[in-house]
Amino acid sequence: MTDHAEAAPPDGRSLASYIYNPKFRGLFFQVLTLAITLFVGWWIFDNTTENLARSNTASGYQFLNGRAGFDIGQSLIPYTSDSTYGRAIFVGFLNTLLVASVGIVTATVIGFIIGLGRLSRNWLIAKLCTVYVEVFRNIPVLLVIFFFYKGVLGALPQVRDSLELPFSMFLNNRGLAFPKPVWGDGAILVPIALLLAVIAALAVAQWAKARQAATGRQFRTARTAFALLIGLPILGFLIAGMPLTFDYPVAGRFNLTGGSVVAPEFVALYLALSFYTASFIAETIRAGIKGVPKGQTEAASALGLQPSNTTRLVVVPQALRIIIPPLTSQYLNLTKNSSLGIAIGFPELVATGGTTMNQTGQAIEVVSIWLAVYLSISIATSLFMNWFNAKMALVER
Amino acid sequence: MKKTLLSATIGAAVLGLGSAASAATLDDVKAKGFVQCVVNTGLAGFSAPDASGNWTGFDVDYCRALAAAIFNDPSKVKFTPTTAQTRFTALQSGEGDVMFRNTTWTINRDTALGLNFRTVNYYDGQGFMVPKSLDVSSALELSGAAVCVQSGTTTELNLADYFKANNLEYNPVVFEKLPEVNAAYQEGRCDVYTTDQSGLYSIRLSLSNPDEHIVLPEIISKEPLGPAVRQGDDQWFDIVSWTHFALVQAEEFGITQANVDEMKNSENPEIRRLLGVEADSKIGTDLGLDNDWAYNIIKHVGNYGEVFERNIGMSTPLKIERGLNALWTKGGLQYAMPIR
Repeated sequence: MTDHAEAAPPDGRSLASYIYNPKFRGLFFQVLTLAITLFVGWWIFDNTTENLARSNTASGYQFLNGRAGFDIGQSLIPYTSDSTYGRAIFVGFLNTLLVASVGIVTATVIGFIIGLGRLSRNWLIAKLCTVYVEVFRNIPVLLVIFFFYKGVLGALPQVRDSLELPFSMFLNNRGLAFPKPVWGDGAILVPIALLLAVIAALAVAQWAKARQAATGRQFRTARTAFALLIGLPILGFLIAGMPLTFDYPVAGRFNLTGGSVVAPEFVALYLALSFYTASFIAETIRAGIKGVPKGQTEAASALGLQPSNTTRLVVVPQALRIIIPPLTSQYLNLTKNSSLGIAIGFPELVATGGTTMNQTGQAIEVVSIWLAVYLSISIATSLFMNWFNAKMALVER
Repeated sequence: MKKTLLSATIGAAVLGLGSAASAATLDDVKAKGFVQCVVNTGLAGFSAPDASGNWTGFDVDYCRALAAAIFNDPSKVKFTPTTAQTRFTALQSGEGDVMFRNTTWTINRDTALGLNFRTVNYYDGQGFMVPKSLDVSSALELSGAAVCVQSGTTTELNLADYFKANNLEYNPVVFEKLPEVNAAYQEGRCDVYTTDQSGLYSIRLSLSNPDEHIVLPEIISKEPLGPAVRQGDDQWFDIVSWTHFALVQAEEFGITQANVDEMKNSENPEIRRLLGVEADSKIGTDLGLDNDWAYNIIKHVGNYGEVFERNIGMSTPLKIERGLNALWTKGGLQYAMPIR
């Protein structure tokens, strides 16, 4: 076949020859798209700066150092109204991270159980799991949050009629109050022991693997690791002389005072996000397991592997390859959906940022912080999951 | 203005700032044919839609008074309902021409937010409401209480300051929207509700059992509520300010909706000047309006006292006394600058 360039007239290049040249055409449109994108970006920036200047509003990020002046109900770090706006936003950021991380763990566990349940040969279990998925998958997440906040938690008793639970815990519509552990001197031994236990468990696992490869003899790694992880910290705790007392919640004039309280806003958001996202994760898990050809299971049992080993060594590694990429999207969704906590008054990033925005009037700056933070969280999650995916991917020979 | 329509649209879409503070708001309003007012999403007595969807209330009547001054027609109004968090952005970005939304005048809002305040149409202060069953008689007894408050308000800041200054502890329960705060208080999520005292009376009415709640006597802050406009348009600022002064002055002169036509024949030059019947009066045209602007306001909306009584006064379920909002001649703070 003749090349287009050679077919062009000998006197050089006519316009038509450029238009019909796929290489040139491709380059042209790429440059055009880039130029338009840059132009629109510049336009937005320029227009915003001009409008800001015209509306006489202050701009810049200096306001983050100002005194916030408002209080926040739930904070993981010390915060008072004397703290800065920057710290207020950081408190919200930590709350977002908290609800997202515990939500992701819970959603994954529930999703796994429901996903496997749908594949169960037990008719009732399979149908119940199907109903679960269909219900939660088809309701907007905001309504699920309201359901848990108003429906479930609204049914809890008033603070003066608190439900007394074992271990001096109290449950009412202001949350779950429980004794707060107060660590005394020498308590540092416990985390040190835990760290040692983790290192020891990893070493045992490595040794067991090497021995199995060399001699074929198996070792009960899981049990040993479990014993190490529980036993060593307890040993450390005993050696340090049990440096632990509790601050018990007691009924005050208005509220329970003392102890720690898990606020209902957090619980509602956490449960709603977990249950909602779990329905999607369940479907992902089911798809992953279904995606492993039946012949793999049959081949494994033909080789004499036990069913549990077949699942662990043959099915799951191959299923994970299918599961991990969509799972990443679900984790990102859960993190982003946590911003809906503002609807029930959970002080996450959007809530504390919103208050800051309103008190200072720095709308564009606060919005840019929101964007940057969510983008960073999402990118970090993606990077981790991509790394995990690459590690789990089958190496084809 | 060098910006084209396209850039304005993109700017508006992306940042909500497309049509910020153009120079002549009055011309824009006249061209549109209505006044766009930023109001509260719903605060009984101040601004709330009634059963048939018509907006009514103290702040709403101010919007109608402004429309009457400009168009001689109080129905030429549109409303932008906003939460405490969205109100300033709405006004700054041009989603409204003026804000009548129980908003406290503070130096920060007057300067850094690019807004202008000049008049106070309601002198308020922050108070507390508690269920009677708690047996509390003073805010100083509230240590350890859970307090419901709306986020992004001066209320939230005063609350923090008051409890800190008095060395009391509290647990803030913060929501963005008023209905959510109301629901949380009603359900017993918190012990105390705090906001402007006028708001407390209004909110108490909306509870299922208003008689079981009391408003504590303490006022812990100054909350001068007034209209705000964007900076950079002095003429529009003047029109909004003098609309308020005309309402107050009318009450001082005893001009009411009912007797305003009669008053046109008054011998009193001050009244004649206000109503635009003085022969060489240029007050209205100097403002950029008609000479009978004040007459139109009173004819359609009434005077300040009438607006107050109709929406929030003793004859309404809110039963708010004039108090600080009485005329200066009657021991209050409402004082109109001379219209001459």
